[in-house]
Amino acid sequence: MSNNKEEIRIGVYICHCGHNIAGAVDVVGVAEYAAKLPNVVISKDYKYMCSDPGQELIAADIKEYNLNRIVVTSCSPLLHEKTFREATTKAGLNQYFMQMVNIRENVSWVNENFDDATEKSKDLVRAAVQRVAFQRALEKQKVPVNPNVLIVGGGIAGISAALTMANAGKKVYLVEKESTIGGHMAIFDKTFPTLDCAACILTPKMSSVKNHPNITLWTYSEVSNVEGFVGNYKVQVTRKPRYVIEDLCVGCMLCVEKCIFKEGKFPDEFNQGLSKRKPVYVPFPQATPLVAVIDDKTCIHFKTGKCTQTCKTACDRNAIDFDQKPEIKEIEVGTVLLTTGFQAFDAKKVPYYGYGKYPNVFTSLEVERMVNASGPTEGHVLTREGKAPKSVGIIHCVGSRDEKTHKWCSRVCCMYSLKLAHLIKEHTGADVYNFYIDMRTPGKGYEEFYDKLLHEDVHFIRGRVSEVTDWITSPEEEGKLIIRAEDTMIGMVRRIPVDMVVLAVGMEPRDDAQEIRKMFNISCSTEGFFLERHPKLAPVNTFTDGVFIAGACQGPRDIPDSVAQAGAAAAEALVLIDSGHVELEPNTAYIVDEICSGCKSCLNICPYKAITFDLEKNKSSINVALCKGCGTCVAACPSSAIKQNLFEDVEIFSEIKGIFVE
Amino acid sequence: MQEEVKNNNIQTAKAWKPKILAIFCNWCTYTASDLAGVSRLKYPATTRVVRIMCSGRLDPQFILTAFSEGADAILIGGCHPGDCHYATGNYKCLRRFHLIQKYMKQMNIEPERLRLEWISASEGKRLAEVIGEMTETITKLGQSKIKQQVANIEK
Amino acid sequence: MAVYWGAACGGCCVSVLDVHETLLTVIQHADLVFWPIALDTKYADVEAMEDKSIDLTLFNGAVRNSENEHMAHVLRAKSKILVAYGSCAHMGGIPGLANFSTKEELLSRVYDESPSTVNPDKVRPQHEYKVPEGTLEIPNFYEDVCMLDQIVDVDYYLPGCPPQTERLVEVFLAIVSGAQLPPKGSVIGVSERAQCEECTRIKSDNRSVDRFYRPWEIEDDGVSCFIDQGVICMGSATVGGCGVRCVKGNAPCRGCYGPVPGVTDMGAKIMSTIATALNAEDENDIIKAIDSIEDAAGTFYRFSLPASKIRRKIQ
Ligand code: SF4
Ligand code: SF4
Ligand code: FES
Repeated sequence: MSNNKEEIRIGVYICHCGHNIAGAVDVVGVAEYAAKLPNVVISKDYKYMCSDPGQELIAADIKEYNLNRIVVTSCSPLLHEKTFREATTKAGLNQYFMQMVNIRENVSWVNENFDDATEKSKDLVRAAVQRVAFQRALEKQKVPVNPNVLIVGGGIAGISAALTMANAGKKVYLVEKESTIGGHMAIFDKTFPTLDCAACILTPKMSSVKNHPNITLWTYSEVSNVEGFVGNYKVQVTRKPRYVIEDLCVGCMLCVEKCIFKEGKFPDEFNQGLSKRKPVYVPFPQATPLVAVIDDKTCIHFKTGKCTQTCKTACDRNAIDFDQKPEIKEIEVGTVLLTTGFQAFDAKKVPYYGYGKYPNVFTSLEVERMVNASGPTEGHVLTREGKAPKSVGIIHCVGSRDEKTHKWCSRVCCMYSLKLAHLIKEHTGADVYNFYIDMRTPGKGYEEFYDKLLHEDVHFIRGRVSEVTDWITSPEEEGKLIIRAEDTMIGMVRRIPVDMVVLAVGMEPRDDAQEIRKMFNISCSTEGFFLERHPKLAPVNTFTDGVFIAGACQGPRDIPDSVAQAGAAAAEALVLIDSGHVELEPNTAYIVDEICSGCKSCLNICPYKAITFDLEKNKSSINVALCKGCGTCVAACPSSAIKQNLFEDVEIFSEIKGIFVE
Repeated sequence: MQEEVKNNNIQTAKAWKPKILAIFCNWCTYTASDLAGVSRLKYPATTRVVRIMCSGRLDPQFILTAFSEGADAILIGGCHPGDCHYATGNYKCLRRFHLIQKYMKQMNIEPERLRLEWISASEGKRLAEVIGEMTETITKLGQSKIKQQVANIEK
Repeated sequence: MAVYWGAACGGCCVSVLDVHETLLTVIQHADLVFWPIALDTKYADVEAMEDKSIDLTLFNGAVRNSENEHMAHVLRAKSKILVAYGSCAHMGGIPGLANFSTKEELLSRVYDESPSTVNPDKVRPQHEYKVPEGTLEIPNFYEDVCMLDQIVDVDYYLPGCPPQTERLVEVFLAIVSGAQLPPKGSVIGVSERAQCEECTRIKSDNRSVDRFYRPWEIEDDGVSCFIDQGVICMGSATVGGCGVRCVKGNAPCRGCYGPVPGVTDMGAKIMSTIATALNAEDENDIIKAIDSIEDAAGTFYRFSLPASKIRRKIQ
């Protein structure tokens, strides 16, 4: 079979995976069939191949039968290839002499006809038996891991991860798009279910980040390019000009005070547009770093060039620099943590709830700002007319659990709606109605919080709201909004007039998630959240080694879960860093000098520029350190001079032939 | 040659079910295939998957070999344009795919027998649908005659 | 020594003649016992020879009908060394392009459709025809064109359309001098690498082709690689040995020497290279660029269709 003289001795192992495979495939039949294939010395079926006894079975057989090739027929190689390679190595055989056949994900779980599934399994085993005979011993390539880490996104997840890694002594680059870290959590007034003040628990963390000797904090910055591979990423960060020199500014706000605009004129993003800010501003008092920023879209200097620049003269530290240009920073890191968070669902996308049409329809984030003592209304919940509402309706699941918008549950809205109900009641004494589909309170102390609310005289109406209108039917309803909803408890449609409507908007992937995903070469799930390597077993890993994810960029989650995940991601990164090196799969390509004619067909096609031309030899050659092993050049070489380890032509040909030829 | 002819009698129409070679890239379509499994989606047992790292590894020789060895059809799966784990491998695959299609037309091989689909890691459902559709199409088209005609040197 | 032609144009026989005065050296060492275009030996004479009595047979041409096949078997039996001489015997060659058509298509073209045909009675050649004197037989015309080794065991292949005469002389002298012969089944008279190695045209480091042209559609600059200029050249997938004759004559290589060792399907391999060389990324642009390749299968399998994986048009 193989070109060299060694006798090929194959052991084939068919896993039952309990009932998972054995229930849909005749595993005994497949094992018996495999036993008769050429070069197969031994063929066995076993309940759980991945269990210790299963692995030991392989090791023992390798010794007893002098096996030199192993075929494990079980689940996906993406899951257990490592396990069985290790089992093979333990018995002293090179791990690349093992080939896996996936008859679980690719057969037993998806194919219903028992006979067809068995037939298919036999074909696949035959293919692997033929392929494995050609497999060669290979060694993994060891590359050192740069201990520095890049964290993208300075919300609570990014902050937690940064502190964990920095405390572990690693150099951390924390890159944040906005002019301050803090993310969504900084916007909140209180956090459920404990009702502790968000700022009180977040601000100390933010200042620790700022002051930590191991953390380089770059706000108002974005990652603009990523190159390299696990352990060795080269990253370019673009620092947008904030027109205030960060090192000089002490956050005294003199410039803000002395701005030519006497009053704020532009919607204040941090306060959800409920207040106005000037072109030069500090987003909120605890902003970190506490450095002013000049918005060049609204600043008169940038718009007309004719401003007396009162801010500039006001600054006694000369921190204002209108000539600042974007600055590019190049860094080298070994690992990357993406904690880019989410964006709130845009309530305008559900026009039947009247957001943007009726002034007194608010989003939950707006109310968060209102109940905050340092918010735009100094802690008072007010209608747009400036009056305290007497009745408030909170609509759950806006942009969640809805065929028309997003199908998923945003996981936090029930809880924060309860929190807001409590706070509104506390601040105004109004009648509060919660319109919910199901009350979802899975979390420590969450159900208890709900229970507490049930005793606080808050009304709960179970049913989806169909619309919010101003169609009043009596003079007393003047100025009120009418919520129409089905009350599934009493089986009728209800019509409830209120002074204020709060929309509990859900969480969705950020608009720029796709860009980030592409830059870091990871995948997104259908909804657009970053895809984890395994939903249960590798929730913070991605399919790109060295890139980890945590927080709401991976899916809707609340603060405790984001922080927990950030810890997990940091731990994964630390494992990589502390082991000092990574082992790369040897699936790289190489050029056989004796065959290469120097045609240069391969030269311009490698995405990593790994192929260069040796003028003296008149041949191409591949730099293994740069090759990532896609195999594109292998297929393109007209002489078949390029070979790819693990995916050699003869291996693939024999696999294909094995599938079809008995 | 002559011996092969003997082993190559077409299976009876009743017993025949299409056999489709599926060549999937590791990062998207193979992962989607795993996802279809984990989600217990159901599709016919007509495909046999060969995993490559990237659809850019696709060598037209694989396709011709598969046809000549008896594949009724071939499904190539890669990442969506712009999403290839290696940036551009899938564009190269797409170019080769169209040239092979052109060749197949001249060889009178039905274009449906070679299909290329971009299926991302999250599209397990799409994968199951594509296999379902393709099985139906190929069943209607019937067994491929290529293997028989290649082996059988008619005089 | 014998020379025979199957389905061939005659060029291979002429290439044997091209040895010129070296022929004298050849006949010093060997008697020519059978060579239809030069000698009057009859088939029956050959059939009557003892097995393995011919030292060397150069069989040129493909196998297309029962006569070709019969002689292939006969010559195999009578020869010590049977060489598939030239592209047609090696891979099917130009006659092999007939595998793009069915037998019926070919016959109806020649006997019914062609403008110069006058055949109101729709007469078709018959394998047997009874005349008063007895039964006349003409060879049976096959459905497929085959290369020699699909019919009989072949010792060596000497490729080319036609082969380089110098190579023939070398091989011949090697055989008669009793030198160590290469392992059976070898392709002889070729280099180990593709044509590009010897080709002196300048190959670009940044190949990027918008579309392909037929050679007459562009003005060849005479110095840069054909593919870089958008002209399909088979050189990179074709084993060297001819001395890059075509390219030296400013014509792109057509691939008559066959694949580089290790390539199982020459046409498929060059298709991969050619398609990859395009720069289009958008699917419609790709389709347009691919469309610019005229007669793709015929171009990539000009000499090797019967030797390819899918050796004929599927019916
Ligand atoms: S494509 Fe192949 S033969 Fe041509 S230069 Fe590259 S390695 Fe050499
Ligand atoms: S296998 Fe891919 S990454 Fe490696 S040299 Fe070839 S084209 Fe470049
Ligand atoms: S990795 Fe999927 S197509 Fe390249």
